[in-house]
Amino acid sequence: MHISEGVLSAPVLVAGAVFSAAGVAIGLKKMRYERIPEVAVLSSAFFVASLIHVPVGPSAAHLVLNGLLGLLLGWMAFPSIVVALALQALLFQFGGFTVLGVNTFLMAFPALVAYLVFSPLLKSTHFGVVVVAAFFSGVTGIAGGAILIGVALVFTGEGFLNVAKVILLAHAPIMVIEGMITGFCILFLKRVKPEILEVVR
Amino acid sequence: MHLEEFSEGTSLFHRLDPRVKFVTFLPYVLLIAFSDGIRVPVLALALSASMTVLARIDVRKLASRLAAVNVFVLLLWVVLPFSYPGREVFQVGPLVATREGISLCGSITLKTNGIVLATIAMLGTSDVFSLAHALVHLRMPKKLVYLFFFFYRYISVLHEEYVKLKRALSVRAFRPRTNLHTYRTYAYLIGMLIVRSYDHSQRIYHAMLCRGFTGRFPVITHFHMHGRDYVFGFGMVLLTVCLFILMSHGR
Repeated sequence: MHISEGVLSAPVLVAGAVFSAAGVAIGLKKMRYERIPEVAVLSSAFFVASLIHVPVGPSAAHLVLNGLLGLLLGWMAFPSIVVALALQALLFQFGGFTVLGVNTFLMAFPALVAYLVFSPLLKSTHFGVVVVAAFFSGVTGIAGGAILIGVALVFTGEGFLNVAKVILLAHAPIMVIEGMITGFCILFLKRVKPEILEVVR
Repeated sequence: MHLEEFSEGTSLFHRLDPRVKFVTFLPYVLLIAFSDGIRVPVLALALSASMTVLARIDVRKLASRLAAVNVFVLLLWVVLPFSYPGREVFQVGPLVATREGISLCGSITLKTNGIVLATIAMLGTSDVFSLAHALVHLRMPKKLVYLFFFFYRYISVLHEEYVKLKRALSVRAFRPRTNLHTYRTYAYLIGMLIVRSYDHSQRIYHAMLCRGFTGRFPVITHFHMHGRDYVFGFGMVLLTVCLFILMSHGR
């Protein structure tokens, strides 16, 4: 989930960079030195997981999992995502350095929203509540990202309105799938290794 | 997983100081990103392309990279010419292509490829560890660089874990389809990956404690500026300034 280089206008690029820098700064502040290995290796796991392609009808989509990341890392999702995107920009030239700020923000901000809204519900002992909260975290991650891509494009030029609509529509099935996967995954972690859900605290 | 496929080589670009490359790379690509029209993007694309030639990048690998990058650009070519307001050029059924839409697409295509080629030639020719090392020198927050370093270091480890889990699935005759069972299985696979990453991180942390980690990594290789680094740095600054003047005057 990202915007390529050379598309967005200068004000949008700068705004994205400023917002992301603020998020990364807060995230780094919350990450104590001894937490670095935890956050880093978790980021590696998410990087590998995002290579998984799940079937969607006749086609396939790769996972983003920013909602899940947000639930596990909170504000630290910003530094986690920025290093992952920087590596992608470096090695695969997906995204890229000039759009690093925008792309970080459009993935990390929905992750943060998912964390702030839904993570208190994960403490519930009622598994139904946990699953529903996790499902909507997954949906929020993708929907928020798609909406922010649209906003970035429309602020670049009104002519991008149709492209933005196409992108939002294309993400609709992925939202549901990410929701389901996030739901099952959180349930799994709660049963198998509940202390992982405590990394943020 | 071979990640640093362009970093091995002996060209000028491979031997340059990564600090110089970073410092000159950023203004150059930002300038391309901020430019519009056709003239500056064309020049920048030519410049970046000649850099990849100087860096002796394997053409076939380069082409496959560019193909992957241009998928998003292709989406723009499908939608943008027909939806951007402007003067009509041609018509396909009910869709009207505009001059402005087409030239915007052209500009974006040139800029995207120009930036990608520059990234491969300048940063792709250094290995990730020396780039991280250079970032410490360039006053990047240390926590962020360490995070980056550990994150990068453990990707291949986690990828191995992933391959193992996948093999376990295929031994049990798992076939991905569009159904709940598939999504649940993948969710558990990801969950297991997260559990294993957590265990790994605890072991790393303990190993760091054993070695008395005090917040800094000792390194054996240190950076030294050579004549070629000064020449390259000066040349890049000059070229970037020229492009900037071109961009701000007369379009």
